[in-house]
Amino acid sequence: MPRAKRSMPEKVSVQCRVNGHDATLLDFPMARLLDALREQLSLTGIKEGCGEGECGACSIEMDGRLVNSCLVPVAQAEGATIRTIEGVADGEQLHEVQQAIITHGGAQCGICTPGMILAAVNLLEHNGRPTEAEVRVALAGNLCRCTGYTKIFESVLAAVTVAEARD
Amino acid sequence: MTNPSIGRSIPRKEGREKVTGRARYVDDMTLPGMLFGATVRSPIARGRLRGIRFGEGLPWNELTTVTAKDIPGKNSIVLLEDDQPCLAAELVNHAEEAVVLLAHRDKYLIEEARRAVQLEIERLPAIFSIDDSLACKEIIWRADNVFKSLRVDKGDVDAALAEAEFVVEGEYETGAQEQLYIEPQGMIAEANGRDGVTVWGSLQCPYYVHKALAALFALPAEKIRVVQMETGGGFGGKEEYPSMIAAHAALLAWKSGRPVKMIYDRAEDMAATTKRHPSRTRHRTGVTRDGKIVAMDIDFTLDGGAYMTLSPVVLSRGTIHAAGPYDCANVRIRSRAVATNFPPHGAFRGFGAPQSVFALERHLDQVAKVVGLAPDELRRRNFVREGQTLAVGQVVHEKIDMNELMERAFELSGYRAKRERLARENPGSTIKRGIGFASFLHGAGFTGSGEDYLASVAEVEATSEGKIRVCAASTEMGQGTNTIFSQIAADALGLECSSVEVVQPDTAHVPNSGPTVASRTCMIVGKLVESAALGVKQSLLQNGFLREEDGHDAFAGACRLYIEKFGPLRASSRYSPSPEIHWDDAHYRGDAYGAYGWGVYVAEVSVDTLTGETRVEDFVAAQEVGRVINPVLAAGQIEGGVAQGVGFALYENVVWRDGRMINNQMTNYIMPTSMDVPPIRVYFEELPYARGPAGAKGIGELPLDGTAPAIINAVENATGIVVRRVPLTPEILLDALDAAREKVHA
Repeated sequence: MPRAKRSMPEKVSVQCRVNGHDATLLDFPMARLLDALREQLSLTGIKEGCGEGECGACSIEMDGRLVNSCLVPVAQAEGATIRTIEGVADGEQLHEVQQAIITHGGAQCGICTPGMILAAVNLLEHNGRPTEAEVRVALAGNLCRCTGYTKIFESVLAAVTVAEARD
Repeated sequence: MTNPSIGRSIPRKEGREKVTGRARYVDDMTLPGMLFGATVRSPIARGRLRGIRFGEGLPWNELTTVTAKDIPGKNSIVLLEDDQPCLAAELVNHAEEAVVLLAHRDKYLIEEARRAVQLEIERLPAIFSIDDSLACKEIIWRADNVFKSLRVDKGDVDAALAEAEFVVEGEYETGAQEQLYIEPQGMIAEANGRDGVTVWGSLQCPYYVHKALAALFALPAEKIRVVQMETGGGFGGKEEYPSMIAAHAALLAWKSGRPVKMIYDRAEDMAATTKRHPSRTRHRTGVTRDGKIVAMDIDFTLDGGAYMTLSPVVLSRGTIHAAGPYDCANVRIRSRAVATNFPPHGAFRGFGAPQSVFALERHLDQVAKVVGLAPDELRRRNFVREGQTLAVGQVVHEKIDMNELMERAFELSGYRAKRERLARENPGSTIKRGIGFASFLHGAGFTGSGEDYLASVAEVEATSEGKIRVCAASTEMGQGTNTIFSQIAADALGLECSSVEVVQPDTAHVPNSGPTVASRTCMIVGKLVESAALGVKQSLLQNGFLREEDGHDAFAGACRLYIEKFGPLRASSRYSPSPEIHWDDAHYRGDAYGAYGWGVYVAEVSVDTLTGETRVEDFVAAQEVGRVINPVLAAGQIEGGVAQGVGFALYENVVWRDGRMINNQMTNYIMPTSMDVPPIRVYFEELPYARGPAGAKGIGELPLDGTAPAIINAVENATGIVVRRVPLTPEILLDALDAAREKVHA
């Protein structure tokens, strides 16, 4: 549960760009970006697993960096470019990582999946040919209780192969 | 005929929704006018409730408050028994027990209000250990603190122990473990006198929740509706507890007249909901000079926490699995589940078996040392074979050859060569490496006559377009129910898997196919889906709309003609007791399970003797599970289970203070990350099981049984330290290493 106090300051208006669209968030400055995106923009693909930056289920990209949106105050999103799971596919065309997760069994219950996909996509944008060890490090902030990670590693590495074949 | 889908890795049916973020979990749902609910819980473990004070400065008139006296029906979460209240009324029996419920439209305010409620509780002495409970230091549950006790007797254990050349004793313990599904528990409820009660939630067993709500509200069954939303992991943790949170949300909705959403945050979820039962097992084993086990005397105790919940059933599975896949003429198992003032322990994948299997597989490595045999040689001389009997007297009819399975696991892991090489390389290094294994079995489905009593039903419906709808209360929570049910139904009808839809579990629309637990969904309910699908086909054949020789392209037309003439085309199938399965509940003897999964797991570890840190470097999981319906999903079950087993063995330590979990955060309750899991190689042996769909058996719980003992056996191989308790955290191992060094110096 959010722990904000009742005697809160006024809400502020925050302008940012989310999944390629301009967006305005109206919230208390220290409200969690996680809640603002879920509640005001209905981006419910962002999940809350722990609320303290441990599990990574709420991972989003902010100005190209992977962040836990449960730890980001709304005020900090002013002027930011944000990508959530809803902005990863190109319309109905899935990203290679999304497709590979389906094909290789990288998702089970699915609750860590959006954050996991953003972490993997973020990795591939910085490092197009990661080793398995690099994949492990990049995903270390995203907890999964179902898969034992094995099929997630396979998925990410398979996505690299697909992307290379395409390019 | 289309290409059969069973045996192929059909992609997860709901995969696209999950990778795009469109899958709808309970917290993603909003209803107009919805309030947020919160729970005021006891901070102390045992006491008498004297009063409730609502602190200053909050608009209490705007808040909905519920206490025990607002419950329309019975103040109890009905499951096996009715001892657990929905809200504590006079006595509090564990910390985090719910006393007051609050709801308001502002979720910030509700959190402030929760903190402003003061419970006046007169403290009573509490019980926090198995020994204190057994000694009846305080009587906290009925006459003697015992929820259930069981005994298994085979042969004459005392005589066999008296004659055995070796008698080896040992005591082993396992700690509580949190299921730690990444989606916390949650529920949304609507409730009023006119329409009854509807809940939408994250849950495994819709009809458990249904039964509990009917009793709580004293409403007829048709006035209760339970809908499962996409569920972000369960592992047993969403087997019984969702009834509690559904009850709480529904009471608030009933009183406020508004929909109420209740979502636990991680801290509340970890502190208040169930965990794996802590256990203590004592073994006394008689062995002949040539390594034949002639007597197993086993004493097994579970800490059940404050209320019964599912403890008797967990005890049952743990007891039956305590003697493992071995042939022994004389077995005595005494077991009991006892009450303590911890929050009730409950279902967690494996359900008692990981506890008793850990003890047995650690103990057999000790037995091997005493007898002077290699651990594998001891197992080889004692594995049960077809035609021999398990501890409960069940004759093994499966064609399993555990020696062969063990050899396969050894081949894949390079066990023998590594064991030699590591022993050679370890001296002189501060990093010690070791390799160990465990062999085990896991029964699929409810124990004994349990499936007869459940009498589960599944239904299959065909539409006039020739699409198939599978209706069952068995839930998808990541393990692949949607996909394997589709594969089973598709193959029964000779259709493509894409023609099958598995209907969202909703008690208003699906029959009761029983709880989604006990590795029963594929084997038991899958078989019902197969039979129901064949029933649909039979209707078409009998009425001449379809001929056996027709291809799948004729199916849709046949369905259309049938429906035009007769109306809905449906068939259901109910579980019927097997004439070959006999179980005597009074003597705990007979066919405990219709079929078993069989496993041999091999772990290689490295132990840093300076830091006490253990890493699992390599892992081989070999098992026989009947026909594999979907190889990728099945391997995913094993890999995920092994990772949870790594946590159970090495990391996941629940820290209690005065009956409260004090490390109820992901920051300090440590589960394996991507950096902690070893490469896991999964091998399936497939011996088709006649009563399973297309020959499949159960699979889900199996990997939790063998992982922890394989790892700890490897730690002993690496260090020589005899570890008898999990989790083996670095602190504990360092102490043991220090003690061993001092012993050498002395």
